Amino acid sequence: MASASIPARITMPAEARRGEIIEIRVLARHAMDRAIDAPGLTPVPRKIIHTLRVTYDGAEILHMDLSPGIAANPYVAFTTVATTTGELVFEWLEDGGAVYERRQMLTVT
Amino acid sequence: MTLPAPRIGLTRRTALAAGAAALLPAATVADAQPAHRETMAAVERSVLAGRTPLASGVTLDMPTLSENGNSVDLMIRIDSPMSGEDHVTAIHVLADKNPFPRVATFRIGPRAGRAEVGTRIRLAETQTIVVLAETSRGTVHRGAREVIVILGACVDGG
Amino acid sequence: MRHLVVLAATLMLGATASAGEVRAPASFLSPDLRALQDDPSRHPGWLWVDGGEALWREAPRSGRPSCEGCHGPIDGMRGVAARYPAVASDGALLNLEARIERCRTDNQQAPAFGYESEALLSLTAAIALRSRGLPVAVETEGAAAQHLAAGKRFYETRQGQLNLSCGQCHDENVGRRLRGDVISSGVGTGFPAYRLEWNTLGSLHRRLRACSLGVRATQLPYGAYDYVALELYLAARARGLPVESPGIRR
Repeated sequence: MASASIPARITMPAEARRGEIIEIRVLARHAMDRAIDAPGLTPVPRKIIHTLRVTYDGAEILHMDLSPGIAANPYVAFTTVATTTGELVFEWLEDGGAVYERRQMLTVT
Repeated sequence: MTLPAPRIGLTRRTALAAGAAALLPAATVADAQPAHRETMAAVERSVLAGRTPLASGVTLDMPTLSENGNSVDLMIRIDSPMSGEDHVTAIHVLADKNPFPRVATFRIGPRAGRAEVGTRIRLAETQTIVVLAETSRGTVHRGAREVIVILGACVDGG
Repeated sequence: MRHLVVLAATLMLGATASAGEVRAPASFLSPDLRALQDDPSRHPGWLWVDGGEALWREAPRSGRPSCEGCHGPIDGMRGVAARYPAVASDGALLNLEARIERCRTDNQQAPAFGYESEALLSLTAAIALRSRGLPVAVETEGAAAQHLAAGKRFYETRQGQLNLSCGQCHDENVGRRLRGDVISSGVGTGFPAYRLEWNTLGSLHRRLRACSLGVRATQLPYGAYDYVALELYLAARARGLPVESPGIRR
């Protein structure tokens, strides 16, 4: 399936020294709809981002499973060691099969 | 959208599986929810897999009083050298009194440099948040914090 | 008590200038939420700001210029939000949302976004951000005076089944707790704001509708004149306080 874009903000340095540990903060626009299945209410299927996967220069550096217990507009912070100049690929996997993708370059000096 | 017609030589089951995979890449398995609510004890048991957790090495940074259960900040640090031989492989966040106690799992490795992750979670009510961290050496570290969820007065049902 | 209300109301006439009792909304936030409000890497409201900045540059299908085509880069909007609501040339009192909608329908000849739509919230947030930290500086005299008076009347009128005026909470009980909330001075300098209760960005009128509901009064429609006039009165009360948009609110 082709990757769609998602309103997201990725906060990380554009440049880092080799071996430096950088912090990456990620915000994405998503309602993280919990399933509604209660008497008297119209049933609504769950629609959340269930996985956030991040690769750096082709190798996975974060694989996060999310649940309906994650707040709307999910925020995730993590770290990685700057190893080589390369692309970080962020993939959000949504219930129903949609995959959203954003890319960010990291230049290592 | 229709499933592709089964090709000759494939069993019905493999053809259906292949068709489903083409329609829903990577999502089908993760979408599956347990029919019944998984209990906190069951979640802990499945993560621990017979291991006894160590009550050390976990820093769980959360407000003691959460101002709104819709959005509670949480920052987790695990004491670990994060080397090739000795690193954290998974950090699980569990919330006993949420509809689904398994809130999040972060899978990381030595490339993280530090075992430090953060997110924002929903809390249905005042409860204890449990963090379980698995390491490459097979140990599990456990930390817990009670968070009081305050109810606001000026709510309007969203 | 009745005397205090009258006294407070009387003081309020002069208070728009001195604003001795009216405190910035951020001062009622916990340190955690204040830090969040000031941190674009964690503040979800910035997702809307990004969207608004993209809309600013995007030409409508009508073939008319984009916002940027007439106004230049959005940074040129510095200070604008601090002056709204304001009276337009035809005498209508417009808040920032209404000003944007009018520009869109009249100048861009494009369909209105609609109050509380993602697009309007985004553009409003992106423009309001350009006034962040600047003092609220609404015009209250001349053509604005009658609207200010209308807003003040609305503020002071007891409403709803609880028979409360705005000031009974936001003047007389400022700083006191109402369940888990701290009662603020009730100014709108952080809107549009990301409210945790909503899980989304929302306008001041959405917040005012929640107030109306809270006192069991009729919720007015978005953009209703009484709410816009009240918005002007609240801005007059907040004169000199910094714009906080996009704010974080509980």
